[in-house]
Amino acid sequence: MDLFEYQARDVFEKHGVPVLAGAVATTPEGARAAAERIGAASGGVTVVKAQVKTGGRGKAGGVKVAKTADEAEEHARAILGLDIKGHTVHQVMIAQGAQIDEEYYFSILLDRANRTYLAMCSKEGGMEIEQLAVERPEALARVAVDPNVGIDDAKAREIVTEAGFDGETAAKIEPVLKSLWTVYSEEDATLVEVNPLVRTADGDIVALDGKVTLDENAFFRHPEHQALEDTTETDPLELAAKEKNLNYVKLDGSVGIIGNGAGLVMSTLDVVAYAGEEFGGQKPANFLDIGGGASAEVMANGLHIILSDPQVKSVFVNVFGGITACDAVATGIVGALDALGDEEDRPLVVRLDGNNVEEGRRILAERNHPRVLIEDTMDGAARKAAQLASGN
Amino acid sequence: MAIFLTADSKVIVQGMTGSEGMKHTQRMLRSGTAIVGGVNPRKAGSTVEFEGGTTVPVFGTVAEAIEATGADVSVIFVPAAFTKAAATEAIDAGIPLAVVITEGVAVKDTAEFYNYAKEKGTTRIIGPNCPGLISPGAANAGIIPADISGPGRIGLVSKSGTLTYQMMYELRDYGFSTGVGIGGDPIIGTTHIDCLEAFQNDPDTDAIVMIGEIGGDAEERAAAYIKDHVTKPVVGYVAGFTAPEGKTMGHAGAIVSGSSGTAQAKKEALEAAGVKVGKTPHETAELMRQVMAGLSGGDPT
Repeated sequence: MDLFEYQARDVFEKHGVPVLAGAVATTPEGARAAAERIGAASGGVTVVKAQVKTGGRGKAGGVKVAKTADEAEEHARAILGLDIKGHTVHQVMIAQGAQIDEEYYFSILLDRANRTYLAMCSKEGGMEIEQLAVERPEALARVAVDPNVGIDDAKAREIVTEAGFDGETAAKIEPVLKSLWTVYSEEDATLVEVNPLVRTADGDIVALDGKVTLDENAFFRHPEHQALEDTTETDPLELAAKEKNLNYVKLDGSVGIIGNGAGLVMSTLDVVAYAGEEFGGQKPANFLDIGGGASAEVMANGLHIILSDPQVKSVFVNVFGGITACDAVATGIVGALDALGDEEDRPLVVRLDGNNVEEGRRILAERNHPRVLIEDTMDGAARKAAQLASGN
Repeated sequence: MAIFLTADSKVIVQGMTGSEGMKHTQRMLRSGTAIVGGVNPRKAGSTVEFEGGTTVPVFGTVAEAIEATGADVSVIFVPAAFTKAAATEAIDAGIPLAVVITEGVAVKDTAEFYNYAKEKGTTRIIGPNCPGLISPGAANAGIIPADISGPGRIGLVSKSGTLTYQMMYELRDYGFSTGVGIGGDPIIGTTHIDCLEAFQNDPDTDAIVMIGEIGGDAEERAAAYIKDHVTKPVVGYVAGFTAPEGKTMGHAGAIVSGSSGTAQAKKEALEAAGVKVGKTPHETAELMRQVMAGLSGGDPT
């Protein structure tokens, strides 16, 4: 789960990372009130920043300096409601203004290849780090961090030295890196990025903009993280699915997909997209993994979600019963269709294999539902579902 | 011979007395696996009767279980919040192989126990969030259904459980030396490369199926490894061509970030390393059939 900048700022502050004063506002008037309060410490100057979970907001007009509270209100009015790369701005952060001398970069992230953490640090912050990594890789220090040791004094020194910082600045940055490690470790983050980390005219090191990704699998240790979740931009079907504990991702196509196991479902989407090329470009409408050992009820819940999507023209149920029993899947399909009644007229293509497949197929054959088609193979079923979605 | 898991493997189950542990211990026993003990400190000294007349003793710790039985594999079924403690205990006891089935383990926990195991140097971790591994006809450590396929000379390594089952099903007439589900988390204990290396060195494996998916660059690194080190034929499959950027597709590690981790890049890297990559699981199985038919004595077993 990605945090908004203002949430990242709050988490930084909690762990002693130096940040500037900041407050979030959802209206121009709120922005004005915040600017009056916060700007007092910086000669009235504040920065109004769009809160969106995407990069490039500066270029999109989402970050503006205000010299007065009036200006802050004006900027907030312009920024709230902006569309930045498909994200609507619902909130702005009013941040204290600062005189910046230099901009640096620092991040801690997972190193999947080496199965450790990786600290990245550069004296050249501010710009897109992907761009820096490509154009001037020598300017970006990469230092492995042992998960069981973390960033201690020695590691912090190694990182700043590697990045080429000199004595005084290095000494000031080191404790900040240690605090950022505390954020990473104690909050169960998978990414902590500060870009830019700045040196102000007063010589202070401050985290000016932060990006934090939290590990949802660690929420059991952090019940407070749940409240940081923002669902205003989440698709309503995705929310409904989440409430039912279903792993669902909304896509744009016409073939509804249900399967078991993340890999098999991803594969099913691909196979449908290939098959759909033959039928006017039919595409999968969603990802839905009912998981291992799914019951008839889970299957029925899944089917309800899929059929709530008006874009769906046909449904492909693709199950390989490993732990999941095909008879439970069949029972779920039959139960869901009976509950929906005659109003539901979209066809269902079902491919079952594996555990208890004979019984599953028997249940479907016995019910002999007019809109259920049983196919023997995944590729054949994908083709059939794509064809039906195209109306042919 | 198979890799990592053989007919001689002695398996214990951490979390055996829980509902998932009981169900799958029963399945493992039914497929002929030597389950020599369970571990649960609160039930130490008791025994559990399984259908088929097997009595399995419960030990208080992994160390006691090893001491009493000579166990060399532990399958871990404990809930996510306790997985790190269970894995750490297995590592401390020096078990050679720990198979972590549990889904939803915090990545920090995995990073910590994986690196702890690496430092100790005595325990191979498979998983977490994986179906485990099976050497058909010999032993089964995890939840892969044993009745999908019998023994044979194909090795399989996959991030996905159900795609493992699907592929074993498609190629059941040939059979498998070992099928390893390495798991779909961002940090996993045993990688594609580890399995490729083991299959390359396994005299009972003739060819390898490698199944990958979006996220990270494990497949690209596996491709580079294949190019330099693997002489046995490898057939590949990658899932997630249609996955949108920035969305986690079921597996915690299955996410395309920006332009990295795409299925297309993985497929291209594998093909550049001489790996034939199928468009669908079925087509991939067909490619493997051609490979097996081309090898001497390549008729289905």
